[in-house]
Amino acid sequence: MNRPTQRKIINGVMLSLTGVCAMVTVSILFSILGYLVWQGATSVSWSFFTQLPSPVGETGGGMGNAIVGSGRLLLLAALTGVPIGFLGGVYLAESGDKGFPFLIRYAADVLNGVPSIVIGIFIYALFVRPMHRFSAIAGGIALGVMLIPIILRSTEEFLRSVPDSLREGALALGASKWRMVATVVVPTAMRGIVTGILISLARVAGETAPLLFTAFNNRFWSTGWDQPTSSLPVMIYTYAVSPYEDWHRQAWAAGLVLLTLVLVINVTVRMVLSRNAPAQKG
Amino acid sequence: MSVRSSIKTPGEGLQPVRPARRRGPRISGGLAHLLTLTAACTVLVIVGLLIYELYANSALSRSKFGWNFLVTQTWDPVFEEFGALPFVYGTLVTSALALLIAVPLGVGAAIFLAEMAPPRISGALTFSVELLAAVPSVIYGLLGIFTVVPFLREVVQPFLRETLGFLPFFQGPIYGVGLLAGGVVLAIMIVPFIISISREMLLAVPGDQREAALALGATRWEATWQVVVPYARAGILGSIFLALARALGETMAVTMVIGNDPKISASLFAPGYTIAAVIANEFTEATDDLYLHALVELGLVLLVLTIVLNGLARLLIWTTIGRRTEHAG
Amino acid sequence: MKLPFRRTDIGSRLGTGILAVSLLLIVVGIGAGFAAQAPLMLNGAGATFPYPIYSKWFDEYHKLHPNIQINYQSIGSGGGIRQLAEGTVDFGASDGPMTDAQLAQAKVKPLHFPTVLGADVAIYNIPGVTAELKFTPEALAGIFLGKITKWNDPALAKANPGVNLPAKDVVVIHRSDGSGTTYIWTDYLSKVSPEWQSRVGRNTSVNWPVGLGGKGNEGVSGLVRQTPNSIGYVELTYAIQTRLAYGLVRNSSGNFVKADLAGVTAAAASAAQAIPDDFRVSITNPSGKDAYPIASFTWLLIPAKIQDAAKRKALVDFLGWMLSEGQKYAQPLSYAPLPKEVIAKETKAIQRVQ
Repeated sequence: MNRPTQRKIINGVMLSLTGVCAMVTVSILFSILGYLVWQGATSVSWSFFTQLPSPVGETGGGMGNAIVGSGRLLLLAALTGVPIGFLGGVYLAESGDKGFPFLIRYAADVLNGVPSIVIGIFIYALFVRPMHRFSAIAGGIALGVMLIPIILRSTEEFLRSVPDSLREGALALGASKWRMVATVVVPTAMRGIVTGILISLARVAGETAPLLFTAFNNRFWSTGWDQPTSSLPVMIYTYAVSPYEDWHRQAWAAGLVLLTLVLVINVTVRMVLSRNAPAQKG
Repeated sequence: MSVRSSIKTPGEGLQPVRPARRRGPRISGGLAHLLTLTAACTVLVIVGLLIYELYANSALSRSKFGWNFLVTQTWDPVFEEFGALPFVYGTLVTSALALLIAVPLGVGAAIFLAEMAPPRISGALTFSVELLAAVPSVIYGLLGIFTVVPFLREVVQPFLRETLGFLPFFQGPIYGVGLLAGGVVLAIMIVPFIISISREMLLAVPGDQREAALALGATRWEATWQVVVPYARAGILGSIFLALARALGETMAVTMVIGNDPKISASLFAPGYTIAAVIANEFTEATDDLYLHALVELGLVLLVLTIVLNGLARLLIWTTIGRRTEHAG
Repeated sequence: MKLPFRRTDIGSRLGTGILAVSLLLIVVGIGAGFAAQAPLMLNGAGATFPYPIYSKWFDEYHKLHPNIQINYQSIGSGGGIRQLAEGTVDFGASDGPMTDAQLAQAKVKPLHFPTVLGADVAIYNIPGVTAELKFTPEALAGIFLGKITKWNDPALAKANPGVNLPAKDVVVIHRSDGSGTTYIWTDYLSKVSPEWQSRVGRNTSVNWPVGLGGKGNEGVSGLVRQTPNSIGYVELTYAIQTRLAYGLVRNSSGNFVKADLAGVTAAAASAAQAIPDDFRVSITNPSGKDAYPIASFTWLLIPAKIQDAAKRKALVDFLGWMLSEGQKYAQPLSYAPLPKEVIAKETKAIQRVQ
């Protein structure tokens, strides 16, 4: 076999191999989804969404309190994380690259890399111990702290992608710098910023580790913000490692609900993003 | 009122156009600046507090064990001997295994998506890969317990023992759960990150590099493998470090399949323990202060590891993007 | 110069819209949060050993008193002791009584109140073996020390003539979390095996010589169920509820006893007469020909001083109910009710909660 043919063969083989790699990865996604649907679909019922768990060892019951609990935790997380992340992102986008802004960016990167279990330790020491209780507040703040660096970065990126011509136009008309930012730059990038926020919310919706010793868990409907609360990811974990068949069934159903929620948000916002005008592309 | 642009417009000389009505919130310049600055400072404060809390709450353990903590093998709550080595070992082994599986798969897929695939297929596949990155960790754990572990126990591990059993990695009793299961589940979790970042790094390579190679008669594969990939090498390496940092901190999926045994064993079939997993399992129950402080110190070790790795990764990624702007045009 | 007013329109409208909806949700959420504060919620955490009966009790009690919700999380006895000592929960639960050192260190000093009697059983999953295995104390110690590694080891075969034990590796499964069930198990092993006593000791969390770790009784039964040729230890109820096989254990009189109500009650018989005032006692490896050797009381840890009057009343009332009505639920769930002498003494002791 002469050299050119050999090279052509290698070319063909390697190209196919890379294609195989891509196919393998994508098929994993579809298998995950398919398996979850297969296992969980039959268990997702009205009672699943509305009932409380039944006593240990008894079949039946649902995860109503976990679903509501996850919702409340996300609400609290958004309340703490979104303002700080958004405003911080605005600050960074309108600042230079050296000195103080560089420090902020580095700190945000560090925070982004902190393992979620360590965030759990942090909030336990900061809130749970002094408050002498596990609470939805602690859980929500833990998730909020995880939101901050993600939202900060994505907000900054979308703001930076706003063309300078818009900025200069506003300044030329006599707006002060921050008025320019507030009334021209931010609204222009708003769609991208909102999608960034939604994606990050979807991300923390599935976090379990930081909730283990902050929001803890609750058998009942949580009665206030200062009480422990159940949540979908924690319930999935608890039920999955148990020996009860019925609990396994419910874990699959909960997994399906959680994954559907996360994927729907991700798919929707990405599609919305990709339809943006080129000026707003992030 | 400074007029930045020097371009003459038809309306020049008339009154500046005022907006017909105010849009958006009425925020004065000073207030806006203050708000954003406060938010930025809050980020700093949070990070500072976090490091402080970790440091302060590991004081007992740090003073008692010192640097020996990192190399002690025992984890004995009864006799109060605590050492990080089994957990560091488990963390590193599962992560290394995950990289071993995920890097070839991920870089291969990234090459396909960036270089080979037609744009529509590439777009759709990239979309799917990014969705994979959004799947929560506990769901990987759920799938790990009920699909990966039995598969490993019934099919893969016996096969490995038969064919490669002479290696110390594939000896010993087969449980299903263990270091191998942890590594496999982690690999599935970090592959999407490697793919999406590597793909962007490859796309950042200037077109003229590719074209030059092709013009010289290289096949598409040769152009990719010998020109484009080396150019993006730093960035790809950066993506690997980022994936590694993510793998190190992964808690739920790992603790559900790793066997939770703080022992050091050469065999991949053996159960192990990672830093994140032991904290998740034992934190609420550390019955005395020294025990708790030892766990927090483990958290500190993990944090330092991830910070270092993340820093390296960013450096490598900036290098690639920096080179691109150098050669732009 | 044309300003992009239309984009600003959409942008700020979207932004304002989202802001408004969020504020609304917050208000609704806060309102709901406070409105729903009518029920009194007590939070407890601890042992997984009695979790089946505690969850039944708290459920039934809630039906009788709808305005009282007792939220109990089974995180292991170690967790119960720790979180109570830190004051993050209103009460704890443990099957390993707190040591003097732990009591001294605790910020919140608890009183121990026995609730039921239970037993640790050795569950196993050996494909092909359906017979009930008999375990000697030496066999159990040997397995958990890692010295007996195959199921067909002579130590096991001798006690089980006629059973076809396979030549497979024994997979040991223990607790990965701080556990009273572990305390009971290691307490027993320390009493019957000097090597165990010196090498490992008794505690809620020990340095296991071999084995995989599962979280909670639930985790251990789950792992045993899924892992062929495994052996673990769990509370009796878990073995029954998950239909896992469990073996007989030889007691100090030489009889192989299966864990059941009779055996557990017999184990508590001698201790019941002379139970100390603080109710902390170990009944593993007792005398008595019918006694099951690995049984134990399990305790609720109630703070000696409770500031909140409503919570104090709720807990005291619950304890009273538990000692009278609650004992009925023990037997159907395979726990043994408390001996009469203990109930009498405890009813008086409830007054000690200030």
